[in-house]
Amino acid sequence: MNHAATHPTATGLDTWKLGFWTFIGSESLFFGSLISTYMVYKGASRVGPFPADILNIPLTSISTFVLLMSSFAMVLALAGVQNGSRKQALIWLMATALLGMTFLGFQAYEFTEFYHEGLTLSTNLFGSTFFVLTGFHGAHVTVGVIWLLVLWVMALRGRLGRADALKVEIAGLYWHFVDVVWIVIFTLVYLIQ
Amino acid sequence: MATAERMVPFAARLSGRGGLWSWITTVDHKRIGILYGTTALFFLLVGGLEALLIRLQLAVPDNGLIGPELYNQLFTMHGTTMVFLVGMPIAVAFFNYVVPLQIGARDVAFPRLNALSYWIFLFGALFMNVSFLFGAAPNAGWFGYAPLTSEQYSPGLNIDFWVLGLQILGIASILGGVNFIATIINLRAPGMRLMRMPLFTWMAFVTSFIIITALPVLAVALFFLTFDRFWGTNFFVPTAGGDPMLWQHLFWIFGHPEVYILILPAFGIISDVLPSFTRKPLFGYSIMVYSGILIGFIGWGVWAHHMFATGLGPIADAFFAAATMIIAIPTGVKIFNWLATMWGGSLRFNTALLFCIALIAMFTIGGISGVHHASPPANLQQTDTYYVVAHFHYVLVGGLIMGIFAGFYYWFPKVTGRLLDERLGKWHFWLTVIGANLTFFPMHFAGLLGMPRRIFTYSSELNLGSLNMVISIGGFTMAVGTLIFIWNIVRSLRRGEVAGHNPWNAHTLEWATASPPPEYNFGTIPVVESREPMWDRPDEMVAQAQRVPERPVHMPSPSYWPIFTAFGVLLTFALFLTETWWTPLLGLAWTAVGVIRWAFEPVEH
Amino acid sequence: MLPRTERVRASLAAVPPFLMTFLLAACSGDHPQTTFRPVTEFGAEINDLFAGIFWWTMLVLVVVESILLFVILRYRRRADQSPPKQTHGNTVAEILWTLGPALIVAFIAVPTMRMVFFTYREPAPDALVVDAIGHQWWWEFRYPQYDVVTANQFVLPVGREVHIRLSSADVLHNFWIPRIGGKRYNYPMPVDAEGPHAKQNALTFTISEPGVYPGQCAEFCGTSHAIMRKRLIAVSPEEFEAWVQRMRGGVPAAAMPAPAGAAELSPAGGAQAAAADPGAAAQVDAGSLEEQGRQIFLRSTCVACHTIAGTPARGAVGPNLTGFGSRWAVGAGARPNTLENVVAWITNPQQLKPGALMPGTQTPAPNGFPPTGLSPDEVRAVAAYLLSQK
Repeated sequence: MNHAATHPTATGLDTWKLGFWTFIGSESLFFGSLISTYMVYKGASRVGPFPADILNIPLTSISTFVLLMSSFAMVLALAGVQNGSRKQALIWLMATALLGMTFLGFQAYEFTEFYHEGLTLSTNLFGSTFFVLTGFHGAHVTVGVIWLLVLWVMALRGRLGRADALKVEIAGLYWHFVDVVWIVIFTLVYLIQ
Repeated sequence: MATAERMVPFAARLSGRGGLWSWITTVDHKRIGILYGTTALFFLLVGGLEALLIRLQLAVPDNGLIGPELYNQLFTMHGTTMVFLVGMPIAVAFFNYVVPLQIGARDVAFPRLNALSYWIFLFGALFMNVSFLFGAAPNAGWFGYAPLTSEQYSPGLNIDFWVLGLQILGIASILGGVNFIATIINLRAPGMRLMRMPLFTWMAFVTSFIIITALPVLAVALFFLTFDRFWGTNFFVPTAGGDPMLWQHLFWIFGHPEVYILILPAFGIISDVLPSFTRKPLFGYSIMVYSGILIGFIGWGVWAHHMFATGLGPIADAFFAAATMIIAIPTGVKIFNWLATMWGGSLRFNTALLFCIALIAMFTIGGISGVHHASPPANLQQTDTYYVVAHFHYVLVGGLIMGIFAGFYYWFPKVTGRLLDERLGKWHFWLTVIGANLTFFPMHFAGLLGMPRRIFTYSSELNLGSLNMVISIGGFTMAVGTLIFIWNIVRSLRRGEVAGHNPWNAHTLEWATASPPPEYNFGTIPVVESREPMWDRPDEMVAQAQRVPERPVHMPSPSYWPIFTAFGVLLTFALFLTETWWTPLLGLAWTAVGVIRWAFEPVEH
Repeated sequence: MLPRTERVRASLAAVPPFLMTFLLAACSGDHPQTTFRPVTEFGAEINDLFAGIFWWTMLVLVVVESILLFVILRYRRRADQSPPKQTHGNTVAEILWTLGPALIVAFIAVPTMRMVFFTYREPAPDALVVDAIGHQWWWEFRYPQYDVVTANQFVLPVGREVHIRLSSADVLHNFWIPRIGGKRYNYPMPVDAEGPHAKQNALTFTISEPGVYPGQCAEFCGTSHAIMRKRLIAVSPEEFEAWVQRMRGGVPAAAMPAPAGAAELSPAGGAQAAAADPGAAAQVDAGSLEEQGRQIFLRSTCVACHTIAGTPARGAVGPNLTGFGSRWAVGAGARPNTLENVVAWITNPQQLKPGALMPGTQTPAPNGFPPTGLSPDEVRAVAAYLLSQK
């Protein structure tokens, strides 16, 4: 994939992985700012609906569990590619993507539900901060799902061999990162009200 | 010296390698560096022209030459242009060209990503300036304080161009930052330990870290403002409980580190240039590295000193004042170490060294006025006046621009194979330094005598007419200097003295290879054993670097996917202007196509 | 190459005279918005602190620039020179020039911290409270203790502590009168806002010298930010009381504190008060141009936005025009307050002040408010009436 990656590096670290970790560092600041804004504006809404009126913790717990399981599936998918097992890779890549899509489905349901209960982007500060924060997270999950599906197609065509494990590993890094961000969001937005 | 010293004229090299298309698809860090540098120089002229119009308007009191509508666009675009379209990209131009050569790499870690950064930057810069054609350039100042930027108070397209344009530029910077961190960590030549890296590379490294951490915060603030304007969110709407202070905090959490993004590369440049013209190694190398890192770190804890007049309360004021004053200490150490580098040296007064001296002299003045308004009570009188304008111009023109000019004179022979003309250089130097001081020194007085910043006119009763006239004359003097500089470049490209691989007897690795370097940079990657390889073992370094490779060196192939993808990014944000919620998705789809095609592009090995 | 050093010296020698000329030019003459001649203890404290910081930093400046100059002159490369001694560093020296600046920073930081708390101090209980409200692009001043409202030009007594509460009706503004002292932002928050993000700044000071002190908005606030000027008139306490009485349409300040509803005079009552009291604001002869202007003003759309105490005009969107004739300028500093300028202003405000949110006689306001439709004669009469309001 990359010229530099074919040469030994100064540190022995893989350049793609290093670059991606750096990118994740940048992403952390991005989500950090979004989450901080949510926290700063907690309780500052002038009109309802307020979080306590509307957040469905049991439902979101299920979707959180789904996303956690997807991380587990991701680990198995990577193991499959590293072992050269095409079947295992195909199954678990698809499983990860499907779990990710399920999470997105929950989110779509939640957003629609909130909309019907009168919470939109412009209703109040809670609406603005909540939808923008979880929306950006959902967008990241969407990117991850597309990425996983592309990898799945590659595996299907037999173009994801043991030598390509790095590609899956980096996709996994991304996926786990997005998962961890969700854990933080779930804790701060849903659990601690 | 018997090796392949390439002396082909620069212009011939450009046309000889396929012309325009080869530039559009290039992934060569040197060519991308040239693209960045040329673009930034162009915008230096644009931003300079904006400044001259500002100075024409302010030359006399109660002037009616330029109305406030245009004036407000001019000062906003002057600031935005100089920070985002000149200061940052010109530093990135040097990162691109110089860093891989200094650490003994063949290219950056992700060459196509590097091209993507450039094209996104270029599209963002053009997008921002296209606003002038609509008569709706951004007009709320370069830090666009809420709620003036809201749909209610700025209903036109002006702020739309600003917020979307900055978002595009931010993406380019973050991708560049990631690339340089990976490059500097991983692509160093054998023996090029971290503590052997040239100071410029070190400062590029620190700057890249600041970029990847500070720019996402700006991105979030810009998204909030975008959604406020287009989708009716309430982030900065006071009547809905939104707090305009949130914008200021987010902006300055980005904005103050941004100051160090701008100044640290200049510090790096002069730390590399001084040893060449004093024939002495940099004094206190480790301290210079650590103070740079320290400035980068503390730079994160001082943002609210831009907000003392907002009434943060005594505790916050005291904390941020203390942090700000502390940052003066590592900065002072740097200045003293530069002086100590020159002390006892053998100074050769080339234009590059002259600009270094100007940097030290003028940045010190800027640093000192910075300490003045680090004191919150004094700040209450000085902030939002020309005193602050004087301060940051001493820092940015006296620091950044002088450093950049030093870098141009220093590395121009490496890039083109030819020296810039010294006689024109001296003219350039004296006009710039005299002009800059004539412009910015009187601003201190204008501010303390009661002139607020960002006013399109001032009353003759303020008795500030003569000061402003002097300032305007200074501005035009600087402009003449800049034109001479441009002429010097144009002239020297063709007629400059041929440089050879190390015209300055410099100590760092980039001077081992030919000028200009071949596409693969080094025939064989040199093995580094010290901080000053070109002083300690010059012949060995040159022999390794300029050895003609027996087999062709595999370099990454050109690609048009970077420019394709960059266009998708432009489209995504530009389509917000349609005020239809789904159109940006078209841009996203375009980008996705680009990314996926890119990922599957065959790469030759 | 010999003369070059001489040339450097010659050009350096030119620097001090240049600087001196410059300083003289800068400091001579009268600068009404100077920060160097404060007339309050608040401004004086800031000025003293800045002076202290200034001299400490000048020490640094002189040291750095002198070393630089010495190095430039002393270590010029000579033709036959062998490479200089290669020094890589000197720990003692580096510790010294870390500690030196650190010490100076400490000298600056300690008095700073003391002053920081001073700038936030609580006002005395009997302080005169003034609400300064920023509008695009003019200033509103309310005196809640006296039930007086004015715009752009305001009056304060010397010798009494003043507590100015800052707020804004639209975007951020920044209240600055340099000779009073430092500035603070006007936040777009109601004066009585509550909640986690309620925010209101204030400045507290006591003026020691009567005089006229101009100032202007210091935070960019849109099109005509540059013409958002104000003027403070500091007078003796007795003159202040007299001013308050005039501004109240003749009701003496001693009648205070007024209940909150006292301002809600009926239109008829206001007119009676004006007619009955010879000291009243609306002091005009029947049949005169001013009286015609008064009637035109009161029957036109002017009253939708403007208030004149003692008349039925009680619009609250635009500047309060009570005592307009004594102001130094029309349009928050757009032009001197002459009949011709006021006529020009009423006819087409945007001509004098781009973006002004007031309609002309034939042109609507930028926010859509319809034209007033006044004829040139009517405009002249209204201008004469307004200027008669002292």
